[in-house]
Amino acid sequence: MTGQAAERVTAVVIGAGHAGLAASQFLSDRSIDHVVLERGEVANSWRRERWDSLRLLTPNWQCRVPGLRYEGPDPDGYMTMAEITEFIDRFAKVSGAPVRTSTNVTAVRRAGDDYEIRTSDGEVRCRTVVIASGACNRPALPQFAGAVPTAVDQLTPFDYREPDQLSDAGVLVVGASATGVQLAAELQQSGRPVTLSVGEHVRLPRTYRGRDVLWWMDCSGVWDQRYDELDDLTRARRLPSPQLVGTPQRTTLDINALTALGVELVGRWATVRDGRALFSGGLRNMFSLADLKMERLLDTFDEWALTTGRDSEVGPSERFAPTRVPDSARLQLDLESGEIRTIIWATGFRPDYGWLDVPVVDTKGHLRHDGGVVDSPGLYALGLPVLRRRKSSFIYGIEDDAREVIDHLARYLAGHR
Amino acid sequence: MTTVTNGVNVQALLDAREVLKGAPEAAQFTWRASAKWNNGVHSTINVQSFFGLGEEQAHQEESVFEADHPEVFAATDKGITPIEYLIVGLASCLTAGVASVAENRGIQLRSVEATVEGDHDIRGILGADSDVRNGYNDIKVTFTIDADASRQEIEALVAQSQKRSAVFDALTNPTNVTVEVA
Repeated sequence: MTGQAAERVTAVVIGAGHAGLAASQFLSDRSIDHVVLERGEVANSWRRERWDSLRLLTPNWQCRVPGLRYEGPDPDGYMTMAEITEFIDRFAKVSGAPVRTSTNVTAVRRAGDDYEIRTSDGEVRCRTVVIASGACNRPALPQFAGAVPTAVDQLTPFDYREPDQLSDAGVLVVGASATGVQLAAELQQSGRPVTLSVGEHVRLPRTYRGRDVLWWMDCSGVWDQRYDELDDLTRARRLPSPQLVGTPQRTTLDINALTALGVELVGRWATVRDGRALFSGGLRNMFSLADLKMERLLDTFDEWALTTGRDSEVGPSERFAPTRVPDSARLQLDLESGEIRTIIWATGFRPDYGWLDVPVVDTKGHLRHDGGVVDSPGLYALGLPVLRRRKSSFIYGIEDDAREVIDHLARYLAGHR
Repeated sequence: MTTVTNGVNVQALLDAREVLKGAPEAAQFTWRASAKWNNGVHSTINVQSFFGLGEEQAHQEESVFEADHPEVFAATDKGITPIEYLIVGLASCLTAGVASVAENRGIQLRSVEATVEGDHDIRGILGADSDVRNGYNDIKVTFTIDADASRQEIEALVAQSQKRSAVFDALTNPTNVTVEVA
């Protein structure tokens, strides 16, 4: 190497969100010297890439990271973006994580047994890398987005902040995950007529038998199901976020709730032809699949309550009305008629590994990893959906994942001395 | 675990799924049919060869179909109507799906019957009203299934069958169609 020698540390963590900070905490516990490189500020995505009204889907009592938990007066509430940002900020301070903000990683490559990290602020060499840069770096749009007439504005959840940013005319929200249903409800309530395009989705009630549905996920063991025990891990990792919203009223925001608000439902958006959006005629089955899966999950909860003797602690068993199918869902919509002036793509996100010059990304743009152990010695990942358990997708899941992944990292270092 | 025998070789399908994950080019199939006009609106359709797994394939025997229109269409009724062939495809595809999913889930089927009704306003094809489409307005499939399973499990079979059905997808989603003169 010529010129100034690169800085050397044992481990580099990329990203100072909850996952990167948890990694840092466990590295510090083991006295493994490291730095946390952050492109912006701590909790950057929560600060800059979320809409104004968003609250966490998980209740406050589930807001827990290694060494820090919510201890406020409202354990059943849901944090606003300002609150979760403050919480993660506090985590960074309490853990004393060696975070370098405004340090953008531009390249990571293998160099002998080391990794060489190029950043906007110089070069670092290290033995191990923990990728904690998030799963939602870029909105994922279908190809036909390019065929939408230019008179229609297109926004992603990264661009959207609040209803008043939009024209008063109709809005087409695409996708019925947590993002899609929340934005559809907010925009419909702002007086803009909303059409929601619904593909496969995960229906959940906010509360079940008097408890938060995520309490059930946690207690009944569903959230602890391990990645290597799932029938179809690829599917589990690609599952859209459940139709949940965090509101002080703990309301359920499923398709029936949206119908009651006046939102018009159409099938999955298939393509654009001659300026018209064409929707699938398979809407009814999307509802059946989601209703059946929800019922099976509730059966699991009931069975757990019964067999563990917790039945008397919770309210009586509940069943919810099937999703109401509209009498006739439109199969096409003229995008040039002026009826729709804005499209919001709530069609999911994908990670961005453009900076990763190590051949560990599959053809779909996802990391090849086994429970966070990436397919290159010394390279690790945290904070991805169903990384090691179902709960990995949530902040609450990071503690177990980070402990186990950093355990593996420490064993790797010990074997390579 | 009791052995379920619906006659579907699920293991072969699961194996194929694994192999084709790494070989998408082998998964490209082309299905073919050729029609020959006889007289009036009566034609005969032959189906035998297709392409898949990287090479030419063929059914063991050629199948021959007659398509015509019924007497109320002032036709000779030597076979079913083309639009009926669509619901033939849908019914058989969903039924095959039910059997496959049941096999995979360890559900023994005793009987499966599907009836399909496609509502069709023929003013479209006659050009009597330009607001009416040519094709079906609504299609309804009703399954009657006798199996060692709860109603919920049977509903899940039918839902999953739709989710993986080629014909259900082809009917519910738009497809590019090119028709040209050779």
